[in-house]
Amino acid sequence: MYQWDFGLVWTYRWLLLDGFAVTVGFTVAIVVLGLVAGLLAALGKLSPLRPVAWLASAYIEVFRCTPLLVQLVWFYYALPILSGIEMSAISAGILALSLYGGSFYAEIIRGGIVSIDKGQTEAGEALGMLPSQVMRRVVLPQALKRMVPPLMNQSIIQFKNTSLVSVLAVPDLLYQGQVAAHDSYRPLELYTVIAIIYFLALFPLTLLVKRGETRLAVTD
Amino acid sequence: MAIESTMTEPKIEVAALRKRFGDLEVLKDINLTVEAGGVVALIGPSGSGKSTLLRCMNLLVAPDGGRVRVGADSFDFGNSGQLPPAKTLARFRANTGMVFQHFNLFPHMSVLANVMEGPLTVRRMPKAQAEPLARSLLVKVGLADKADAYPNKLSGGQKQRVAIARALAMEPEVMLFDEATSALDPELVGEVLQVMRALAAEGMTMVIVTHEIAFAREVADRVVFMRDGVVVEEGPARAVIDTPREEATRAFLSHFHRRGEAVPG
Repeated sequence: MYQWDFGLVWTYRWLLLDGFAVTVGFTVAIVVLGLVAGLLAALGKLSPLRPVAWLASAYIEVFRCTPLLVQLVWFYYALPILSGIEMSAISAGILALSLYGGSFYAEIIRGGIVSIDKGQTEAGEALGMLPSQVMRRVVLPQALKRMVPPLMNQSIIQFKNTSLVSVLAVPDLLYQGQVAAHDSYRPLELYTVIAIIYFLALFPLTLLVKRGETRLAVTD
Repeated sequence: MAIESTMTEPKIEVAALRKRFGDLEVLKDINLTVEAGGVVALIGPSGSGKSTLLRCMNLLVAPDGGRVRVGADSFDFGNSGQLPPAKTLARFRANTGMVFQHFNLFPHMSVLANVMEGPLTVRRMPKAQAEPLARSLLVKVGLADKADAYPNKLSGGQKQRVAIARALAMEPEVMLFDEATSALDPELVGEVLQVMRALAAEGMTMVIVTHEIAFAREVADRVVFMRDGVVVEEGPARAVIDTPREEATRAFLSHFHRRGEAVPG
């Protein structure tokens, strides 16, 4: 029977805390940038201009249909050679994760926008609003309410996806855990604790999403 | 466009208007004028093209050809069916108020915010000016006490009256009503018609697509009967409704009682 020794993990508390901070920072960055990319791609896909719509679709499908790990590695190793732009592991990680998340956000945002009754757009147009004003004042505020739960859900997935950047030696929670595991020869304890940290960070968020969904069902 | 005396120039002019949806020719060479302060009722069976005609008047639907003029803004669609640029379109629509069958109030805004939305966003009016305007319009439609309510708390009749106030807040030159009472429970129709009646009495230029024949007879100066995308008969409201000249008009009106109420069923 394996003898657990969690006391040892305490020795690495600052290391793990550092890693956790990197993970949280990474998540914030890729959620914000991903939402920007997603919004642009969603609006692009809805654009009446064919080339714009095609470009947005191409972006969404390429990133939805290739594995994130492959994208990370590709952005870190292949892109600098092709583009000549040297990229740190952190920038490559943020870029790949944001674009990957953005492709999923885009479909959520587009779905939210098209779910709004056409009459709402007509009412805005009839008042004399420009298409951009109709989107900003009438459609998006209503669509956003419907989008929040699935966007939160996708962001939770993004939080977990940040663990993949450890393959690029970005010192996130998982990477620091690996360092500690190698150092202490106690991988079981460390990986267990890391799993628990991810869980404790995300479980309250899932409760929040659930509450949001219930509230939405009431007001709709 | 030829310069005419503004005294006699009609407020709305529709000339040689054509529209097709796919293979279906919805409007075939429609000509129509509405005098300033005039009230025109468009009647006719479903699918006759009356709603499409109304929607062409504020270019929510792009005509395939012909000319539309409201006030000083005129668009010639030639044979292109190409809509003018978004900015020109928006400015044109700001000058025409539209009331929809299904109200289309903004559900995420209070009643007051719904009415202020046009002035604030489109006319760039300061809030200090838009709010008294919106409140005075809510008084006018009898809903001053509902200013802070949200649309989902209102009855259909109240929603439609808010929608009228919202359209009026743009201080448009003309008001277009697209079956404004068709989605209402019968007992709520009266309050909306009352508001429309008052507007007509004030001298607002109005085009009304309606199935309320009695209302059309009472409030409209002129009635236009449409069928299959053409104007079959047009004339003074009472004359067209009481003594239609065309067989098709007679057949359509025979579905209503003489007093104009729809036959049940």
